[in-house]
Amino acid sequence: MNPLSMNWPAVSAIYLFEMARFWRTGLQSIVAPVIATSLYFVVFGAAIGARVASVDGVAYGAFIVPGLIMLSLLTQSIANASFGIYFPRFAGTIYEILSAPVSPLEIVLGYVGAAASKSILIGLIILATAALFVPLRIEHPIWMVAFLLLTAVTFSLFGFLIGLWADGFEKLQLVPLLIVTPLTFLGGSFYSIEMLPPFWRAVSLVNPVVYLISGFRWSFFGASDVRVEISLAMTLVFLAACLGGVVWIFRTGYRLKS
Amino acid sequence: MPPIISISGLSKVYASGLHALKDIDLTIAKGEIFALLGPNGAGKTTLISIVCGLVRASSGTVTVDGHDITGDYREARRAIGLVPQELTTDAFETVWATTSFSRGLFGMKADPAHIERVLRDLSLWDKKDSRIMTLSGGMKRRVLIAKALSHEPRILFLDEPTAGVDVELRQDMWRLVRKLRDQGVTIILTTHYIDEAEEMADRVGVIRKGRIILVEEKAELMRKLGKKQLTLQLQNPLPALPDELALHGLALSADGQELVYTYDTKGERTGITTLLTDLTAAGIPFRDLSTSQSSLEDIFVDLVREQA
Repeated sequence: MNPLSMNWPAVSAIYLFEMARFWRTGLQSIVAPVIATSLYFVVFGAAIGARVASVDGVAYGAFIVPGLIMLSLLTQSIANASFGIYFPRFAGTIYEILSAPVSPLEIVLGYVGAAASKSILIGLIILATAALFVPLRIEHPIWMVAFLLLTAVTFSLFGFLIGLWADGFEKLQLVPLLIVTPLTFLGGSFYSIEMLPPFWRAVSLVNPVVYLISGFRWSFFGASDVRVEISLAMTLVFLAACLGGVVWIFRTGYRLKS
Repeated sequence: MPPIISISGLSKVYASGLHALKDIDLTIAKGEIFALLGPNGAGKTTLISIVCGLVRASSGTVTVDGHDITGDYREARRAIGLVPQELTTDAFETVWATTSFSRGLFGMKADPAHIERVLRDLSLWDKKDSRIMTLSGGMKRRVLIAKALSHEPRILFLDEPTAGVDVELRQDMWRLVRKLRDQGVTIILTTHYIDEAEEMADRVGVIRKGRIILVEEKAELMRKLGKKQLTLQLQNPLPALPDELALHGLALSADGQELVYTYDTKGERTGITTLLTDLTAAGIPFRDLSTSQSSLEDIFVDLVREQA
């Protein structure tokens, strides 16, 4: 597709419309994640961390920072993107998007771009909050940004798919609550999978979130549970799968057009 | 006038098996007001939804201002503004934000002066900073029209535009529609209010069970299918119709004061002269007479009944 022939005003309109909602609900969008992160530091960093030896040579308080950011990044990306596209479907205002001269790519760029921007912003706020509690170092800042971007975009796409698939608010919550949050908690957010018994370590390798957290943690401390190349490859595979799902939905009109 | 919308062989079968549209052929001329009438479930909204890109056609082609709605959907959709039947608005946005958003969606650069003009035309300017959820139903309907006009469309679809709105707003909308037509905008409206079509439309199409059963100039339709009634007010009430007048198919009012004669304007002879001669011969004088023509509603009901 020729970028010059794209409907950029439409992409911008959708993006800014979605971002406006983020700023309008600033208290819950920004303050809530900051408070939640602070509580994690109080509970895990101060209360439990004081009894845990350093992990891979990193103080426990600092060790959990990449996992905490990734936890918020995944949940926020999915929540923002799924709500962003589900709400117009629920309210009926989707008619306007579908009758406008907008291609599926432009719709995805607007909604997914806004959802990813919001979650990245929250991730950075959590990083800044964490820096107030523990001394942090980022050994591979470019990779840190790359993982941040890739994960935010990938899970925003995943959220977009959920928002298109869901036909009720219950379903909108179903995947994030029952699948994503447990996978994130079990994906090494608060521990290294090396700390698990061999059987559970092997089981953990089936969890895709392990690779995201491991790669992201590597960009901070240079140490990871799995090789960074594998983390990157797994992230790209998930990205490709989500893209494939979105393309299929727009080709078939699933839940969009009869 | 050249056609601005051409629909050819259009059919739609939903996944449920419902055959909503059957081989529709229809042409809308540039600059006209076309009213699409039909009972509930006739296929009006499906037809509009296909032209606007909301529903996929099963077969057939639609071109808008020469652009195919699938192959060249950007240009086709850019020409169209759609006011949906349902009051679907962004509850938490302001009137100004949602109208500006619509303009952006259609690839138009921001133009605050145009948005202001549209909002003023629709008496929404005072509400521009109000959140939509705080507006009345009538005001929300105006917002939907403002959104549809935000990108300066050449064609405006109004799907049941005055359903559930008060008389004042209805007349405001009629004024707006006429103004838009004067500016060269083609208007296609579906309505349940036949008087709305009668008041505004240049042409009328009637759709029933997915088929267009009639497309006609409104005036021509009323001339062709309209029936007239001649009402004679008698000087002296009649207890019953005299036998010598039985052939005229007259109706006598309950109080015996009026004779009503129904005739077809399509007929070569109306039969009025013969009736008046026979009345004189029977010694039945009358003191006044009046005629009335059947409304578009009567015509519509007749048509739908005939096709049933």
